[in-house]
Amino acid sequence: MINLLLFPIIIPFFFAMILMFFKEQVVVQRVLTLIGLAFSLVASFWLIATVKTEGIQTVTLGSWPAPFGITMVSDMFSALLVTTTIIITIFVVIYSFSSIGVERERFFYYPAILFMITGINGAFTTGDIFNMFVFFEVLLIASYLLIVLGGEKRQLRESIKYILVNVISSAIFVVAVAYLYSIIGTLNMADISVKIAEINQPGIISVIAILFLIVFGIKGAIFPLYFWLPNSYAAPPIPILALFGALLTKVGVYAITRTYTLFFVHDIGFTHQFLMVLSLLTIIAGCIGALAYFDLKQIIIYNIIIAVGVILFGVAQMNTSGLEGAVYYLLHDMLIKAALFVLIGIVIYATGTSNLREMGGLIKTHATLGWTYLIAAFGLAGIPPLSGFLGKVLITKGAFEADHVIGSIIILVSSLVVLLSVIRIFIYAFWGPQKNELPIRDQRTYRQMMFPAIMLVLITVAYGVGAEWLMPYMTDAADVLADPSIYINAVLKE
Amino acid sequence: MEFILSILIGVLFTAAVYLILSRSLLKVILGTGLLSHGAHLLILTMGGLKGSAPPVVLDGVTDFADPLPQALILTAIVISFGVTAVMLVMAYRMYDVHRTDNMNELRGNDEHD
Repeated sequence: MINLLLFPIIIPFFFAMILMFFKEQVVVQRVLTLIGLAFSLVASFWLIATVKTEGIQTVTLGSWPAPFGITMVSDMFSALLVTTTIIITIFVVIYSFSSIGVERERFFYYPAILFMITGINGAFTTGDIFNMFVFFEVLLIASYLLIVLGGEKRQLRESIKYILVNVISSAIFVVAVAYLYSIIGTLNMADISVKIAEINQPGIISVIAILFLIVFGIKGAIFPLYFWLPNSYAAPPIPILALFGALLTKVGVYAITRTYTLFFVHDIGFTHQFLMVLSLLTIIAGCIGALAYFDLKQIIIYNIIIAVGVILFGVAQMNTSGLEGAVYYLLHDMLIKAALFVLIGIVIYATGTSNLREMGGLIKTHATLGWTYLIAAFGLAGIPPLSGFLGKVLITKGAFEADHVIGSIIILVSSLVVLLSVIRIFIYAFWGPQKNELPIRDQRTYRQMMFPAIMLVLITVAYGVGAEWLMPYMTDAADVLADPSIYINAVLKE
Repeated sequence: MEFILSILIGVLFTAAVYLILSRSLLKVILGTGLLSHGAHLLILTMGGLKGSAPPVVLDGVTDFADPLPQALILTAIVISFGVTAVMLVMAYRMYDVHRTDNMNELRGNDEHD
């Protein structure tokens, strides 16, 4: 079963191609999408089990020996991310059955999602830096289609900016890879790590490290480079927003984590200090945005930016607790962001507006929605025993071990701000008198929308409560990040 | 040779930045085209321009070009073609709906819509 790790990439790709032939049959598309995702999910769980028992899995395409051919590598970190991606996609797809509208479904909505999953899983799995660029482009081109699908006025306006930002960052990615190739002379990520260790990271490599940080920082929305995100993400409908918010920025975060734990580990004093300062500024900027808006979408979108900062702060510590916390918090954040976006989508559906000032009193009519939202909000802010808690504890523990006290304090204070920003939604939308007449909505559609939301929240609760059982997997993932030689040996010693 | 190409890449990047910062959407798209051309030339230059023979390993030939940058450029060119095509279509649709190609008139956020 040496090709097992390719299944989560190939199966969505295969089903996406099949779906292209069923443009008009929406029901066929829905069923096939779910079947495809279910197969991928089985494959990814199998992959986790295999990686757990047999260590890191690698495939060199065309059976070329490791530094020459394109290598696909699945360590525990990438296997966990792949699985989380597929779980989220399944529930968002179920959610979009009742919310996205047949018109969009007929214009290649499901194939675009599956192509995007192909790109995301590929970027998580690849062991070749140029191949990562290619998979980035696969997911970006699919996301260009998704963000503009429907062609509303605002969507067109924002998507053109989104494309421009990403095209420019892709060009910088190519430039960064070219510089790296001219100095190191290899593209295989494990081999790059070995060669950088041999020449002991001179200054030029640090320059390239910052160049990579700029590229992935644009995709992952870190401090000075997040400017494009709030408006672009607010443009498409909620299911697409949920997918983007949960998955796309996390690919950037994954890429920063991978390069900064595998390549640029010999001059931590400069590169990781830089990353840490940026991540703290990201948290502060996100907090300001999350408190500034009275729009449901914007509040949660700025919470994405805060989470990116928290995860990268954990990565910047470069000790086991920090990295373990970063892995745990990354997975938590993907799940909880998907759940929250789906939930506020239902709030917007029920009230007909996304402006908090025009809402109120929803708890009387939509009690289940209210309590589910409250659990998700507590989970996001990290109230124990929900899932945000342990990740933050580990990250702050790592920071205290590395003597970054001010950073830990900022992280802890930011939790309070996050709690405030999401509870504000609860207070304004669910409490108080009803301000406007609620539009009349189909109860059956509402229940269909609630099902994936409740399932996602239950998964996050299980993720938090079941941390005891999940911890060995997180430790495995963090071990590979903390010690690059495990990754290198797995790739090059075959 | 590397020196001349470096200057050419610099010129391309300068022109690209100038065009991307302009107001007209079409010029911005042309700018991204120049930017990706510069990036592709950069890959070629960074791979080294030393070899004189084609990148094919034959008996007795030791002075052949590095095939990897060429493979990379091939991939990157295809991708940038695709993205440019998508952008042109999108710019056309956007002109259709908004009746403007001036980036200054495309501002705004949720609360102002």
